[in-house]
Amino acid sequence: MNPYRSFLSRVGTSPALLGLLGLGVFAVLLEILPRAGVLSSDYFPPTSRIIGALWRELGRPDEQFRPSLLTALSDTLVTWLYGLSIAVAAGIVLGLIIGSLPLLREFTASTIEFLRPIPSVALIPGLIVLLGVGREPTLVIVVYASFWQVLVQVLYGVADVDPVARDTARSYHLGPLRRVRYVIWPTALPYVMTGIRLATTVALIVTITGEMVIGTPGLGDNLYIAYSGGDVPVMYALILVTGLIGVVANTITRAGERIVLRWHPSVRGEVAA
Amino acid sequence: MLKVQSLRKVYDGHGRQVEALRDITFSVNPGEFVCVVGPSGCGKTTLLRLLGGLIAPTSGTVMVEGRPVSGPPDGLAIVFQEYGRSLMPWLRVRENVELPLKAKRVPRAERAALVHESLAAVGLADAATAYPWQLSGGMQQRVAIARAIAFQPRVLLMDEPFAAVDAQTRADLEDLVRSVWQRFGMTMLFVTHDIDESVYLAERVVILSSSPTIVLEDLAIDLPAQRDQLETRSSARFVELRHHVYEQVQKAKNRSAVTPVV
Amino acid sequence: MKAVITGLRRVVALVGLPIVLLLVWWFASADSHTAAMPPLKRILKVFPDTWFGERLTDDVLPSLIRLTEGYCAALVIGIVAGVAIGSSRTVRAFVEPVLEFLRAIPPPALVPILFLIAGIGDTTKILVIIAGCVWPILLNTVEGVRGVDPVLVDTCLTYRVSGLLRLRTFVLRSASPQIMTGARQALSVGIILMVISELKASTDGLGYTFEQFQTRFQYPQMWSGVLVLGLIGVVLSLLFRFVESRVLAWHRGQRAAERTSL
Repeated sequence: MNPYRSFLSRVGTSPALLGLLGLGVFAVLLEILPRAGVLSSDYFPPTSRIIGALWRELGRPDEQFRPSLLTALSDTLVTWLYGLSIAVAAGIVLGLIIGSLPLLREFTASTIEFLRPIPSVALIPGLIVLLGVGREPTLVIVVYASFWQVLVQVLYGVADVDPVARDTARSYHLGPLRRVRYVIWPTALPYVMTGIRLATTVALIVTITGEMVIGTPGLGDNLYIAYSGGDVPVMYALILVTGLIGVVANTITRAGERIVLRWHPSVRGEVAA
Repeated sequence: MLKVQSLRKVYDGHGRQVEALRDITFSVNPGEFVCVVGPSGCGKTTLLRLLGGLIAPTSGTVMVEGRPVSGPPDGLAIVFQEYGRSLMPWLRVRENVELPLKAKRVPRAERAALVHESLAAVGLADAATAYPWQLSGGMQQRVAIARAIAFQPRVLLMDEPFAAVDAQTRADLEDLVRSVWQRFGMTMLFVTHDIDESVYLAERVVILSSSPTIVLEDLAIDLPAQRDQLETRSSARFVELRHHVYEQVQKAKNRSAVTPVV
Repeated sequence: MKAVITGLRRVVALVGLPIVLLLVWWFASADSHTAAMPPLKRILKVFPDTWFGERLTDDVLPSLIRLTEGYCAALVIGIVAGVAIGSSRTVRAFVEPVLEFLRAIPPPALVPILFLIAGIGDTTKILVIIAGCVWPILLNTVEGVRGVDPVLVDTCLTYRVSGLLRLRTFVLRSASPQIMTGARQALSVGIILMVISELKASTDGLGYTFEQFQTRFQYPQMWSGVLVLGLIGVVLSLLFRFVESRVLAWHRGQRAAERTSL
């Protein structure tokens, strides 16, 4: 058998290899097009120059008003994950409480529906005035934006509990804590995972936004500094890093969902939120 | 009208080859009602998909109206087993029936007339503006039949269309299919695993073996054209024919148990 | 009498908590002497003068027009590309990792680059909105197109439903629940991008106005702006929900029907 042909046919049938090929073609195109002058290399530096800039950024120590890449990266990660954990914890706890008390649910519905669509950026000017330009204002908008994603999914999940199971639990005199533990939580879990996945993406977007707009230290701030200095390859390098964070986050949350759903008896579709 | 010649289909999946159909030969005359019956898992659905041009055979040919089939042939309609999934849930009953006519570029007035006529023929004239999911399973399958009638096919294939409905509904639908066939005169090929159903419905029954599948027997059903759930099913001839088909299918199952699988 | 009570109860449930919260804000801030946290009374007092004049046509309207243009363009691009990619398994496997990467980039990070490439005019702001909104729509469309029911694919093949008719009545409708999910995620990203594309180097728009109020220490005006943006978010979300309930009425009905039949 012709080994070359068998390789091609394997690539043709294996999604993973095809995808790798796609990434390769994408990188090569971004290298060739600027060099050939099809894209202006002032604005679209070739892949190799972006990688070079990334390499230099990695080696660069902290400077005044320009933290090193690693410092910025860890700042971003801390703000993002800190905000995300607060939002997830609050979303789950409040979601379970509101969801399992019908009266509370009825009376908070309109408020939730009103607060949820308020864009997090609307809070930025006020927060700068109140909290300055450190980590706190960014943290607040991260928590605010991602909290709703979790809360709404948990509410959907609790509403999805089988009424028969609910009645059974009541007839066996399960206390409220046990009811949550054995009846409500298992049903809501897939929804919780969806909420966490959506919240993770939103939290990262808002973290970068806060860093860029408010000036909270992190990748977004570095990006804005590079923009002010007109350092295009570094800007691309930083975008590359944020994209990679996003990819890793997506991979982890999706794997988490799969694991939860695998031992979960009911695989449910995502609720449009 | 419909000619199947030494049809063979081997599925190639994950390094393992599965021979679904080994050697199928039979034909259906114009205007005839033929049932294909066989044990579960004998590749009935595969056969039907081959006839409908939805998949290509490994070898052998299917001819519809004298032309070899290489894609869905003209003038052929299929009623699928999964009624709940073969209707579009976002279209009303009327729109579902109308869709193939739109694809055929039938003028609007004629479309409306055809839709009305075919819905009336299946007794669903009142449900035209409902959505499929608002109807019971039996009614959904009626809509699928109405859609096939409106298409005015010369050949109509049915893939175990009543496998998932309750017994009462099933009897009604069987009579409906007979009356549709008598009224519109299309060539009918009906696939089922139900021996009673095949004998009750058809003019001829093609009996398939279990996998790897061949044709065991091509049996003429010499029952009177006018059939009745009570009368026909209790007639001596029906019982005889039914017995014969049952025996064949049983034999097929036992034989496959001792034949080494290739 | 009972109907009156349940009606009353519903009204209380709807407006009760919002009124309580507003009252709390009103009284808690009444004696506030912190410049940054003016009393609600003052915020509401400056509200009409701030927003019902030229600012409505010179700042709010341009922002909303750019949002609409960018969002609609993203819808078209996302759906067209999503259908194209989702329809072919090979294309999908080839581009999916690249799309996953591009999607994972937080859209605000693209704002400075787009400023550099396209200048600081309206075009850039619209491009920013497109660049952020297109991914959720695109990827959800791919997901939806990939998930079409194989029985319906066969149905379309059999009944010759192809081309534009197939796209319109089958593929897009079948994918519409996922497309709407993507469109909803895109809307909230779009509002964020609308504001931050106007914060730096802009001469009009809501974001620009915010920046002005903040740098001039006009805190009551600034807080009234928060209210305006909140209202815009709520109105757009209601609008979206209205469209969604129209587009997906069949989906909700079908799911409810499935639930009761279980």
